[in-house]
Amino acid sequence: MAGIAAGGGRRSPVAPYLLVAPGVLWLLAFYVIPTVTLARTSFGPADAAWYDGYQRAFTDYGVHLGRSFGYALSATLVCVLLGYPLAYAIAFRAGKYKNFLLGLVILPFFTTFLVRTFAWKTILNDGGIVVQTLGMIGLLPEEGRLLNTVWAVIGGLSYNFLPFMILPIYVSLEKIDRKLTEAANDLYCNAGQAFRKVVLPLSMPGVLAGSLLTFIPATGDFINAELLGSPNQKMLGSVIQGQFLQVRDYSLAASLSFVLMVIITILVLLYARALGTEELA
Amino acid sequence: MARSGQVGSRWTGRLLDLYAGLVLLYLFLPIFVIVSYSFNKPAGKFNFVWKSFSLDAWRDPFLYPALVDAMKLSLKVAAVSTSVSVVFGSLIALALCRYTWKGAGPVNLLLVLPLTTPEVVLGSSLLSLFLQVNAPTGFWTVVIAHIMFSVSYVALTVKARIRGFDWTLEEAAMDLGAPPFRTVFKVTLPLIAPGIAAAGMLSFALSLDDFIITLFNAGNQVTYPLYVYGARRAAFPPQINVLATTILVGSLILLGITVLWQNRTMKEAMTK
Repeated sequence: MAGIAAGGGRRSPVAPYLLVAPGVLWLLAFYVIPTVTLARTSFGPADAAWYDGYQRAFTDYGVHLGRSFGYALSATLVCVLLGYPLAYAIAFRAGKYKNFLLGLVILPFFTTFLVRTFAWKTILNDGGIVVQTLGMIGLLPEEGRLLNTVWAVIGGLSYNFLPFMILPIYVSLEKIDRKLTEAANDLYCNAGQAFRKVVLPLSMPGVLAGSLLTFIPATGDFINAELLGSPNQKMLGSVIQGQFLQVRDYSLAASLSFVLMVIITILVLLYARALGTEELA
Repeated sequence: MARSGQVGSRWTGRLLDLYAGLVLLYLFLPIFVIVSYSFNKPAGKFNFVWKSFSLDAWRDPFLYPALVDAMKLSLKVAAVSTSVSVVFGSLIALALCRYTWKGAGPVNLLLVLPLTTPEVVLGSSLLSLFLQVNAPTGFWTVVIAHIMFSVSYVALTVKARIRGFDWTLEEAAMDLGAPPFRTVFKVTLPLIAPGIAAAGMLSFALSLDDFIITLFNAGNQVTYPLYVYGARRAAFPPQINVLATTILVGSLILLGITVLWQNRTMKEAMTK
């Protein structure tokens, strides 16, 4: 059997390099090189100190930076709380309806991201049913409304990235051998213990992947904050966009962008190490 | 002991089903709003508050030429970028699945990196490149950007589908005297076609929906998401909901067709 792989390799050692060449060159030209030009742009025009953009990034926009990570973290937590039980129910309790339910999870995301977020504007509107109901049971936040508050922004972020949490968790739950939970039951574990000792640890890679897929895009997102929040909820993405496209302070904008990227890379590496899994890909 | 555990788990099981059902409902809430508000006759320019039922928007979906142009542009961008990224991505997937070679690790890393970079960083770094080389932003820069982020998705999707295929079929075809060209068209392509179709649909959908990266690199071009973004200031007509509903139904139909097709090719492969 080993002969097959060797046979494939023997036929032409340059073949794989030729096959990947167009795609890899494209990624080098339009992903790797732009990252380098972004760094160069961040060091700014010759008449200012190279760190000028970075200094202003932290002094003037530190609050937006902190807010972006805070919101993204909250949204990721909400997604775990909403997504894990649903993924669990689909993987262990749905039987033959598994694929149908998975389809239902993905279906809403065939409509445009922006139109969906506008729909949340309608749902959370001041006179709407949601606000009235929450008001009746006394759960309305102290602002007396939902739209243009931090709750709406975190809610919108959670909504838009929830499938990225559900699908990886589902995949890792689906892979768990049912004999393991049966064995736990045979050894007098009750359902709760079996879940804590067997299912939960084995599904952690899925939670890790899902958290990254939720957290990373959420930090850079600014649509939810712009459409569902007020200027008090402005996120870093808005600042970067405004500085690049309207103010045209390229050095500051590139610094902000670069800072975001570096912090995310560090957090991702730390997180992966803490959870002790190497399979980031 | 086992029995009491079961009684407990039945109730927790019911609660879990209820909770999961509520989460599903939450996922669909905006979709109900989008579809029902396509039948709204809004009081002013903004279709955010329900007034009365009407079929006006469905009778005249192309009332706003700017919206139609934006949709046409988005479809054009998606068609061009998908056809390029499907070729690039599938070739990478083939190289990664078929051969054992030293470059596989670095290539895998290069594929994952764009997926772990926030869109705002991808968009702004591309713009910084275009600014540096004085390239005017417009249709082609959007296409370049969309190909860039689609290649990874295509390569990873195709890879997932064709991992573990029986490549000896290719060798069998060659042994039976088929020239390499014929082998590719008669054996390799039919094997990987369903994976490529799925990846192509994904790439098309991502391109059609992309907002942040496009915003940075579109210049004065207006794609469908950019039009919707601008609509928050000028006017938000129900025609936007009509289009969104149409896209939803269209992708449902496409999805159904591919699932049926995949089941059929799977069955054929099994019986042969």
